[in-house]
Amino acid sequence: MPSASPFNGPGFDFTNQVRNAFILEKGIPLPKATSTGTTIVGCLFNGGVILGADTRATEGPIVADKNCEKIHYITESIRCCGAGTAADTEFTTASISSNMELHALSTGRQPRVVTAMTMLKQYLFRYQGHVGAALVLGGVDSTGSHLFTVAPHGSTDKLPYVTMGSGSLAAMAVFESYWKADMEREEAIALVTAAISAGIFNDLGSGSNVDVCVITAAHTEMLRNYSKPNERVEKERAYRFRPGTTAWKSEEIRKLVVSEQVTPIGGDAMDTD
Amino acid sequence: MNRLKAGEVNLGTSIMAVQFDKGVVIGADSRTTTGSYIANRVTDKLTHIHDRIYCCRSGSAADTQAVADNVHYYLQIYTQLNGTPPPVEVAAGMFQKICYENKDALSAGIIVAGWDKEVGPSVYNIPLGGGLFRQPWAIGGSGSTYVYGYCDATYQDGWGRDETVDFVRNTLALAMSRDGSSGGVIRMCVITEDGVERMFVPGNELPKFWEGREVLSGPAKKLVTEGVMPMSVE
Repeated sequence: MPSASPFNGPGFDFTNQVRNAFILEKGIPLPKATSTGTTIVGCLFNGGVILGADTRATEGPIVADKNCEKIHYITESIRCCGAGTAADTEFTTASISSNMELHALSTGRQPRVVTAMTMLKQYLFRYQGHVGAALVLGGVDSTGSHLFTVAPHGSTDKLPYVTMGSGSLAAMAVFESYWKADMEREEAIALVTAAISAGIFNDLGSGSNVDVCVITAAHTEMLRNYSKPNERVEKERAYRFRPGTTAWKSEEIRKLVVSEQVTPIGGDAMDTD
Repeated sequence: MNRLKAGEVNLGTSIMAVQFDKGVVIGADSRTTTGSYIANRVTDKLTHIHDRIYCCRSGSAADTQAVADNVHYYLQIYTQLNGTPPPVEVAAGMFQKICYENKDALSAGIIVAGWDKEVGPSVYNIPLGGGLFRQPWAIGGSGSTYVYGYCDATYQDGWGRDETVDFVRNTLALAMSRDGSSGGVIRMCVITEDGVERMFVPGNELPKFWEGREVLSGPAKKLVTEGVMPMSVE
């Protein structure tokens, strides 16, 4: 395994920043980073908070994963939806989740949603937007239920209903039309599902299924693929040809599996109990 | 310098602070934008720094939140070390130091206002380059450029609380009506020795001023309706 160079520290390397800007000016486009065209939302209801996400991951115009998970674990009662650069949302949430667990262990208390929010915003601000994570953070703690958005540059907003990602406009249109204060659990789940569905159907970057996560003081329920509006059905016709369709002149059948004789040399059989 | 980074959340803003004999009134609109999208229409840009010190934020949302969080943290330490609440001057000085020393990396225009027992009410303006100016009133953000004339023409020394609140409300309503990057609701705070009172003006109850008149809707001259003949078609 190649070892890391002692002359280059970990993290970002800006050596070619000026050169790349110059090349870009000359009309040669830079390679695009993999990003998740996404619809993610969050919504407060009278018993807690609900997060929602679509399940499409894209690499440019290609659907890289038709059923990925965008609702990440922070703590048992705090979860985080990620949009933006896929790798960044994955590693940022994993890192903050780890630090939240250490924080809980050292303080002997369950950490709060604002703690996760502050950690995330300070981390993202430090990287000045180069870590491309746009997040919806929600959870329940000793002070109640909370819902935040965290933008890639490290700014945060606290609202009763939020949307993020390329499908955020479609989802926000649903929230702005139908949201009410103090909704019941089922009503709120239906609204979140409708908002994500708006993203799935009207935004090219979003698609496939709806993931929902319901967080209350008592417990957290991850409803994976809560709605599957894009299931593939059985093909009505197959394009398989009947054997014998193609004529042949000769036939030869060979054995491709090579058998090998294994001779054990010394040693006892391993104990398994 | 001070160019907003691509895709950055922006507080295209109208903010203001005015001092009066017993305290200060601060106010702001509630719009946060990313490009042409309103990311938050009910933003609170009046940020708590200490018991009697608040700031109004304009510029990059991320930068101003980070700076405000930093000053908030240091003033908590200050209070523990000195056993007294910090003067507004100290808070403003901390903001200025951060904004000046990092002027190449930050786009933050901040107004610091509050009350302290040393000088009473005070308003400090910290514009983009990181200067520090004490003023009886200050306006800031993209919407402020539209209302400098109104403020100069209207402001007078010796106002009481209610007159000052009306001045702030009217100025912000005018700025919000002309500046596309400002809008939503008006949030205000009155900071006095006794405490901080929050006020809220909903978007449909903003004070109204001249809103234009339809010049082209009515007929320019009376239409001739008599003797109209159908057009002949071959």
